[in-house]
Amino acid sequence: MKLMWFHLMPYTELPDDFNKKHPSVWVDIHSSLFDPRRAHHMYNDFMDELEFAAECGFDAVCVNEHHSNGYGLMPSPNLIASSLARRTTDTALCVMGNSLALYNPPTRVAEEFAMIDCISGGRLIAGFPVGSPMDTCYAYGQNPSLLRERYLEAHDLVKKAWTEKDTFAFSGRFNQQRYVNIWPRPIQNDPHPPIWIPGGGSIETWRWCAEMDYVYCYLSYYGYKAGLTTMQGFWNEMAKLGKDRNPYRAGFLQFVGVAESRQQALDLYTEPAEYFYGRCLHVDARFALPPGYTTEATQRAGIEGMMTKAANLANPSTKAALKATNMKDIVDGGYVIIGSPDEVVEQVRHVATSLNVGHLMLLLQYGNMSKDTTKYNTRLFAEKVMPRVKDLFGDWEDQWWPKPMAKGQRASVPAFRPQLAAAE
Amino acid sequence: MTEPSTRTVEVNGFACRVWSKGQGPKVGFLAGFGGLPRWIPFLDKLAESRTVIAPSLPGYPGATGHTALDTHLDWILAVRQLIDKAGLAGSDLVGASVGGGFAAEVAAIFPGYVRKLVLIAPFGLFDDKEPAADPWAQRRDKVASVMCADAANWTALVAPPEGANSIEWPIEMTRASEAAARAYWPLGNTGLEKRLPLIEAPTLVLWGERDAVLPPGYAKKIAAGIDGATRVEVIPGAGHLAYLDAAEAVSRSTLAHLA
Repeated sequence: MKLMWFHLMPYTELPDDFNKKHPSVWVDIHSSLFDPRRAHHMYNDFMDELEFAAECGFDAVCVNEHHSNGYGLMPSPNLIASSLARRTTDTALCVMGNSLALYNPPTRVAEEFAMIDCISGGRLIAGFPVGSPMDTCYAYGQNPSLLRERYLEAHDLVKKAWTEKDTFAFSGRFNQQRYVNIWPRPIQNDPHPPIWIPGGGSIETWRWCAEMDYVYCYLSYYGYKAGLTTMQGFWNEMAKLGKDRNPYRAGFLQFVGVAESRQQALDLYTEPAEYFYGRCLHVDARFALPPGYTTEATQRAGIEGMMTKAANLANPSTKAALKATNMKDIVDGGYVIIGSPDEVVEQVRHVATSLNVGHLMLLLQYGNMSKDTTKYNTRLFAEKVMPRVKDLFGDWEDQWWPKPMAKGQRASVPAFRPQLAAAE
Repeated sequence: MTEPSTRTVEVNGFACRVWSKGQGPKVGFLAGFGGLPRWIPFLDKLAESRTVIAPSLPGYPGATGHTALDTHLDWILAVRQLIDKAGLAGSDLVGASVGGGFAAEVAAIFPGYVRKLVLIAPFGLFDDKEPAADPWAQRRDKVASVMCADAANWTALVAPPEGANSIEWPIEMTRASEAAARAYWPLGNTGLEKRLPLIEAPTLVLWGERDAVLPPGYAKKIAAGIDGATRVEVIPGAGHLAYLDAAEAVSRSTLAHLA
């Protein structure tokens, strides 16, 4: 299986009384809480951590896009990915991703992703999320009723821009371009870089991923227990559509904290986990449901689902129950897997097999976790856990993984030598 | 209160409900947020002396087709077709909130379509100095008090009637909100200000004194933008959907203006 190291880049110094004094971590979080001089250190720590994860042998490093967000400091994940393209060598670069409807024209995404693919020698995974309501409809002012149509059209345009050999005109509902001809072009051109779709649990998205042969990623912060229903729904739908159960069709996000013992893990990871589930997910409900963001089919399924669940006694994994902010509930709920290497191995194997997920995206930094702790968590996972779970799904082929240039053909990037810079 | 008669017209191939009731000269009504999930006392008061015709905007209760409308021009042309097919061309027109923005557009762009115009807190403008509230970013328990001065009036408008489908009813209510968002997201500013001077119909601008969506200060701005004869009246104690909060006062002022 593939083990991927994901960074959200949370602002690590939200005050203790944040939830009391501020209505939301997202959209209208107050600028007075942001200290750019502290953010200088945060960004550099985070980029060190991503580079460290690559050195430790994770299959990919992952970045994502958020706007006006106190737990996600990457309005442009492409900036981070381009830096990683230079400071890593063989690790896949998973940009998870660019919210297509936010780019005008969307060919900007085709261009920037092609740049990252060229710089990295063909290591890009291209993620295309619709984007959260907070990011797209509120922070970026996109119309929720038009968002999905714009997204789908932008997707068509980007894909055509990557694959069409000649300059072409694109006459869409929302995008009109006379001359589409992107330079550069991606290295991965057979036919294009792997496309992965992070999404919620909508049947339409599953069907679309199956039809387009894309990887579906369920990026929930609530872990494998809450994610089980969604992933079962995904695989049931794949079966209906006649698709095989290749676990590499799917990606899943999981928080992990590994230490020498369970107690040590609790000592190390309680504070950052409670910081994340307390402060970072403190989102004002005003921004949760812009009308039209959720399709009517999904609304219908949701309402019917709620009724079924109510009839069959409350299911602990319904969203209403996902409110734990103390470590015991966080761990019991499966949001964060913690323990000794043995315990984490067992749980990771359980997650991967029960959800049938070949691409496990791991959050080993969360909340206000320090760089030292993050590196400890990362190294221990790489040394003691990774070798004992990598064997999973060995019988399946991952057709959705980047196909970079052969190692010998790739540019050798000179190592960064801070001592020389310091001497100048 | 008796039920109105119902017929259906097609706009861009989608069905739109048209409700009618009463006798006398025709008056059209384009509803505000939420549309008309049910017939309301305000329209009954108008129907005492007028033939009230209330077509549902695309996506509003009783109508679909908002998904085919991508631009403001698409919306205006859809509303024009709706007015044509409802038999309202050349009649008096009352528009409120979301529907008020369209009533103003039709009166400006197709002057022959509107004899006299009543605008009840219409959408279409945004003033940085006096920003409108965001109707689509309200906590669920706050929506009613944002829409109406007396929250119970909104709650009564959208409450599922007896026998309503418990799955489809909330979806229909969300669809109405989506349709409004599709037309006016994110600020409600459609550039109507530029077209106000084209309105020739004698216009009454009504505004709820306690409008929590569009500040009552917008009333003057709209009246000042219209070249034709225009008057502003503030409805005491009423909120954004003043026709729900103060059916009596709004209908009285409306009928007086249309007389």
